[in-house]
Amino acid sequence: MSLLGKLTWSAIPFDQPIIMGATVFMGLLVVSVLGWITLKRAWPYLWNEWLTSVDHKRIGVMYIILGLLMLLRGFSDAIMMRAQQAVAAGGALGYLPPEHFDQIFSAHGTIMIFFVAMPLVIGLMNYLLPLQLGVRDVAFPTLNSVSFWLTASAVLLINVSLVVGEFAKTGWMAYPPLSELQFSPGVGVDYYLWSLQISGIGTLMTGINFVTTILKLRAPGMSLMRMPIFCWTALASNLLIVATFPVLTATFAMLLLDRYLGLHFFSVDAGGNPMMYVNLFWVWGHPEVYILVLPAFGIYSEVSATFSGKPLFGYRSMVAATMSICVLSLLVWLHHFFTMGASANVNGFFGVMTMVIAVPTGVKIFNWLFTLYGGRVRFTVPILWTLGFMVTFVLGGLTGVLMAVPPVDWQVHNSLFLIAHFHHVIIPGVVFAIFAAYNYWFPKAFGFTLDERWGRASFWCWFVGFHVAFMPLYALGLMGMTRRMQHYDNLAWQPWLLVAAAGAAIILAGVVCQAVQLIVSIRTREQRRDLTGDPWNGRTLEWSTASPPPAWNFAVLPQVAAKDAFWSAKQRADVREREYRPIEMSKNSPIGFVTAFFAVVTGFALIWHIWWMAVLGVLGAFAATLVFAFRGKDESEISAGELAGFDRAHPAGAAV
Amino acid sequence: MNIAVELSAVRPEAAPRAGEAGPASKRVVVGYGFWIFLLSDIVMFAALFAAYAVLVRSTAGGPGGAQLFSQTSVAIETVCLLASSYTCGVMSLAVNSRRRAGFYVAAVLTFVLGAAFLALEIREFADMIARGATPQSSAFLSAFFTLVGCHGLHVTVGLVWLLVMMAQVAVQQFRPSVLRRLFCFSLFWHALDIIWVALFTVVYLMGVRP
Repeated sequence: MSLLGKLTWSAIPFDQPIIMGATVFMGLLVVSVLGWITLKRAWPYLWNEWLTSVDHKRIGVMYIILGLLMLLRGFSDAIMMRAQQAVAAGGALGYLPPEHFDQIFSAHGTIMIFFVAMPLVIGLMNYLLPLQLGVRDVAFPTLNSVSFWLTASAVLLINVSLVVGEFAKTGWMAYPPLSELQFSPGVGVDYYLWSLQISGIGTLMTGINFVTTILKLRAPGMSLMRMPIFCWTALASNLLIVATFPVLTATFAMLLLDRYLGLHFFSVDAGGNPMMYVNLFWVWGHPEVYILVLPAFGIYSEVSATFSGKPLFGYRSMVAATMSICVLSLLVWLHHFFTMGASANVNGFFGVMTMVIAVPTGVKIFNWLFTLYGGRVRFTVPILWTLGFMVTFVLGGLTGVLMAVPPVDWQVHNSLFLIAHFHHVIIPGVVFAIFAAYNYWFPKAFGFTLDERWGRASFWCWFVGFHVAFMPLYALGLMGMTRRMQHYDNLAWQPWLLVAAAGAAIILAGVVCQAVQLIVSIRTREQRRDLTGDPWNGRTLEWSTASPPPAWNFAVLPQVAAKDAFWSAKQRADVREREYRPIEMSKNSPIGFVTAFFAVVTGFALIWHIWWMAVLGVLGAFAATLVFAFRGKDESEISAGELAGFDRAHPAGAAV
Repeated sequence: MNIAVELSAVRPEAAPRAGEAGPASKRVVVGYGFWIFLLSDIVMFAALFAAYAVLVRSTAGGPGGAQLFSQTSVAIETVCLLASSYTCGVMSLAVNSRRRAGFYVAAVLTFVLGAAFLALEIREFADMIARGATPQSSAFLSAFFTLVGCHGLHVTVGLVWLLVMMAQVAVQQFRPSVLRRLFCFSLFWHALDIIWVALFTVVYLMGVRP
């Protein structure tokens, strides 16, 4: 029994030039960023203002930065896969060996779902929920910081897997029996499982935090039916987190017990049942789709109402549609594996339920169309993303209804048709929404708007590139190409894959445009300052406070009298005398950062079977929690004078 | 320890309708959040229950529940746990009237009963393993040890938490943050009882049916 468990020098793949190249590149990047921070003497600022912050706005921004960075990682994986499949036809084997290609497609899926889409959506909810609800923070600010840092430690672990050891070669769902120890003896699946367990705990705590925030912390007068639609979609999304992430945790725990202690939940011998994993996984997995896409629908609702200058069409039907999708999403999991061989009645039930979900989704599409109809639509970057989404998403949804028919699904199961379908819904459904939100709320967060021209350029590159990259995959799926092929013999497929690779390159141009947009906007920020706090003539409460908002969001809590609270206040334009009272805000706390440190130690130790270190990690986290529980005062007061002073310096358009 | 106290503290004119009254007090928020956590915990147990139900007949030629479970031992365990819920309720009453001595007596009783439950459960596990019925021997036993063990792990966490709370009351008295944590602890402890009732029924009662 070695002191370092399974960890030896041979864990680092020195003989793999691609991996070592990526490692050196990432290492240089990290070292130069850390060096730059040290040179600027920014550590105290970073530590006090960001790393230990419990302010929901700061945490939201950090989530979004994390998600955007991981988007680059996941996108690099995508480019590598497209390049491999473009060349590895006939006798050619391409440039990626199979065991590396397998890790890339597993990492791509895992990263894009858990460490890109989730942090981006959670980051936006973090930033927006308290502002839209008219309150000063989420229900549990310190817990929020812990959630973020647990997600960040999982991100760290999954990136360490690139250098030390390997990542899973099982695909992002890690189906047994392939993911059992018998068939995946390496540490790849353990990296997958432990990093997702750690981030899963963080996500669950976020879900609890946000459900409580929405249901218990709203400005006076804001009844549920006066909430902005984004808050409703966030409520549905977080209810789904609370209802399904524990299932994922339990499922992964069972697989871990199989792998670490030789239990027989999903093994092929001693009565284990691999299909039980697949069922449990998708009991979480399908609602997960809606955890991501419902807040995106909320974003599109806010954007289309604001830029049409009209209230959202059919608010009540939008709420009803959101909540019925929330419930229906729990009843369709089996459509991910019609080929399991359940009876015709079971498959029929799940097929019909899947088609039923299209109804409330259709309601939403019509609501957005009628919101735009008759409005004075301003064609800004966010509305471009919204229009692009509607066109694309309807088509992607239709291929989904096609696959909801079990006999059709049997033909295209695990083919590139499926890959085309889910990218066709999740890219416009989630990624486009994130970019719309990024352009829409950026001035709120940083006090200046983003450049329109580069924003438009990036939209068109993404929009065109998406179609060029993914439409060929439908054809390939119908021609019989299955997913995850490292090389193939059928030369008729190659032209389509070359087109798809060209599409990925066009998307890359879109990503470059976004980077340029950010740089150009920062350099010209003085001309694009938002001094009013309301650059778009907005409708909801986040626009009623300064940009960027003060730590306390609202010096005086808004009194809400109607839907679109800020808009209706602007119409009335009555000036209320403000009476300032001192307020209590949660103090910053390093507990999130410290817990995450111990989570990384524990996770790494468990992956490599370094038992003493795992015990130390758990004890460390426990000790940190104890110190936190016994600390003295956890709140600090902000005086009425400070509140009044800030408000005088930042006059708002209308008092709410 | 109940919401009624909190409601009476709210001025009626400030609450025209429940949904429009503005942010709830911290105590309500904490209790509400903890309830949602408990629901999520119950969902996790639901997944383990489902796995147990799927695998209960997969004994791989080994023993099933009827051959393994000892009704007497489980009955004593159940009595210990239910009694500890009662003492936990007494503890809440003592906390509500700020009686420290009463709190400590009830807390120690709760701890002892919880520890007794745990000791009996560990003995039951050790007994089964000694007879060759290990978690590795069949899918049924994997699911059994995981489901029951997960509940046992929760009880262990609860016992550690109770010790910490006794220390907190000693150091920080009944200040609001301590009161909120004690309230969450009592919710947690009662929730473990509810899960045990389900577990007792599904595993031990239904498990010995011929």
